[in-house]
Amino acid sequence: MSSTSPTRGASPSRWMSRGAVHALLGIAALYSVLPLIWLLTSATKSVGDFSTTGAFELGDWNLWTNLGDLFAEEDGVFLSWIRNSLLYAGLGSVLGALICAACGYAIAKLDFPGRRALFAVTLAGVLVPTTALALPLYLLASELRVVNTFWAVFIPLLTNPFGVYLARAYAEAAVPDEVLEAARMDGSNELRTFFTIALPMMRPGVVTILLFQFVGIWNNFFLPLVMLTDPDLFPMTLGLFQWSARVSQFPQYTPLVVAGSLLAVVPLLLAFVVLQRQWRSGLAAGSVK
Amino acid sequence: MTVLAPADSARETAGTAATRAPRRRRTSPATLLLVAPFALLLTGTVLVPIGYALYLSLFTERLSGLGFEGPRDVFVWLENYGEVLTDAAFHDSVLNVAAYALLHIPLMLGGALLLALLLDGATVRLRQVWSLAVFLPYAVPGVIAVLIWTYLYSPNIGPLNDVLPWDPLGSAGVLPSIVNMATWQWMGYNMIIFYTALRTVPREVLESARVDGAGPVRTALGIKVPMIRPTVFVALIFTVIGSLQLFTEPLVMRNFTGSVTSTWTPSLYVYEAAFISNDYGRAAAASLLLAVASALLSALVMRLSTRSGRSR
Repeated sequence: MSSTSPTRGASPSRWMSRGAVHALLGIAALYSVLPLIWLLTSATKSVGDFSTTGAFELGDWNLWTNLGDLFAEEDGVFLSWIRNSLLYAGLGSVLGALICAACGYAIAKLDFPGRRALFAVTLAGVLVPTTALALPLYLLASELRVVNTFWAVFIPLLTNPFGVYLARAYAEAAVPDEVLEAARMDGSNELRTFFTIALPMMRPGVVTILLFQFVGIWNNFFLPLVMLTDPDLFPMTLGLFQWSARVSQFPQYTPLVVAGSLLAVVPLLLAFVVLQRQWRSGLAAGSVK
Repeated sequence: MTVLAPADSARETAGTAATRAPRRRRTSPATLLLVAPFALLLTGTVLVPIGYALYLSLFTERLSGLGFEGPRDVFVWLENYGEVLTDAAFHDSVLNVAAYALLHIPLMLGGALLLALLLDGATVRLRQVWSLAVFLPYAVPGVIAVLIWTYLYSPNIGPLNDVLPWDPLGSAGVLPSIVNMATWQWMGYNMIIFYTALRTVPREVLESARVDGAGPVRTALGIKVPMIRPTVFVALIFTVIGSLQLFTEPLVMRNFTGSVTSTWTPSLYVYEAAFISNDYGRAAAASLLLAVASALLSALVMRLSTRSGRSR
C-alpha cells in the first residue's frame, strides 16, 4: 500500500496539469469554432447591422430576408450554383471513389502488365500540386475546345491518385487472398468478384475516400476559376468569390456573400458530424500503412 | 465468420492450383476493366496536360515579319524559363511563399502534434468533442474560410483590427493573416491524422515506460513522437506541397485589400501570366517550374525521413 502515497502526493500537480490540458484543448476548440459562429450570427444581420453591431452579437433578425435576397439575385443563379456543386461533388465523389477502389484493388490483388509502373506513376501523381496542373489542364481543354463546359471541371476532378493509394492499402488489409481464390474456384469472374466480394469488404475505406473526395471537389476553386466563364456552370465557391469581388463597391452584396457562405458550409459540417464513426475508422485503417 | 469456411477450403485447393499458375497469369479482360478507368484518367488529366504544357512552354507568340498575318507561335527553346527565372516579380513571389511556408509549417504541424498528444493523454475527457471541434474548419471551403477571416480582419466589422497591434490587411500584416487562415484550416485535420496514429502505439510500451517512472511529457517526446515519425513525415510532405501552391487565400483577399499584389505567390504569377498577360508560354513554364520545385522538395523531405529513420 506504500505505492499509493507517491501518486497521492503528486495529485495536486496532476490536477493542475489536467486543468492545463483541458484549457489548451478549450482554446484550440474556441479558435476553430468561433469564426463559424461569427458566420452564423452574421448571416442573420442586415447590411446596416453588419458593420454597426459587435461581431458576435445579434442585430435584428434578418436571416430570412437575406436568404430571400440570395435566391432572388440574378434570377436565382445561386440555386444553379448549389445544383452544380452537388453535381460536381456528389457525382464526382461516387464515381471517383469507385474508380479508385477498382484500381487500388487491382494493384493490390491482381496481376496485370504495367502494374508496378502504374503504381509508381500514381505515387508521382500524388505529389503533383493540383494548382500546377490547373493551367496545363486549361491549355489542353482549350486546344480540345471543351473550355467552359461541365466536363472540363468534372473529369479532371475524378482523378484522385491519393484515393488509389489508400484503396490499395485498404484492399491489402481487408481482402484475404483465400477468399478471392475461393471465388475463382467457384467460377466467378474478376469483375463480379470485385463488386460482390472485395468491394463490400473495403467499404469503410471506400466511404472515407468518397467523403474526402467530396470535400475536395466541393471546396475546389482554382480549376473552375480557370475553366468556367458561364455563371450557370459555376460551383458555389466560384460564384461567391465573384460576388465578393463586388462587395467593396456595392456593400449590398455582403449579406448575400455571408448567407451564401453559410449555406455552402452547413452541409459539409453536418456530413462530418453525422458520418464521424465512418471517417474516423477509415482514417485509422489508412494510417496504418 | 461465414467467410472463414470457404477460405480454409480454398487454402487446401490453392496448393494443387499452384501447378496451373502460369495459365492464370494471363491477364483477364475483367482486370483491365478495373484498371482502365483510372489509368485513362491519370493519362488524360495528369500526364498529357503536363506533356502539352512542356511543349507549349518552348514557344512564344510573336508578330510575324510585317505584322500582316497576325501573331505566330515561334519556337524559342528555354527562353520562357529564362524569362520567368529572371523576373523580379517571380523572385518576390518565391520569397513570399518561402516566408509563408517557414511560418505556417512549424506552427500548424507543431500545433497539430501538440493537440494530438494532449488528446492522447490519459486524463482527457470528451475526446470526441474536442477533436471534432478542432477538425471542423477542414470542412470549410478555402474561399469561404478566407471570406470569414477577411471580414474578421476588416475594420468596423471584425474585432481583430482593434485587438491586433498591426493592421491585418496592411502590407506587413497580410503574411501573418494568411498564415493564420491556413493554420486554422489544416491544424485539426492533421491533429486527427496524428491522433489516429498515436492510438496504434502499443499500450504495453507506454505501460512499461510508466512503470520505469517516465512522466507524461517524457513518454510523449521519447516514445510516442518517434513511433509516429512516418506519419509526421507524410503530413510534412503534403503540407510542403500545399504551401507551395498557396493561391486561394491571397487571390480572395485581393478583393478586400490592395496589399496583395497580382503576383504575390508563384501560383498567382501563373494565373496572372496566363489570364491577364495572355502569355501562355511563360505561364506554362512557370507552372512546370512550380511542379518541379514541389517534386524536388518532397523528394528532399522523403530523403530526410529515411535518413533520420536509419540513424536511430
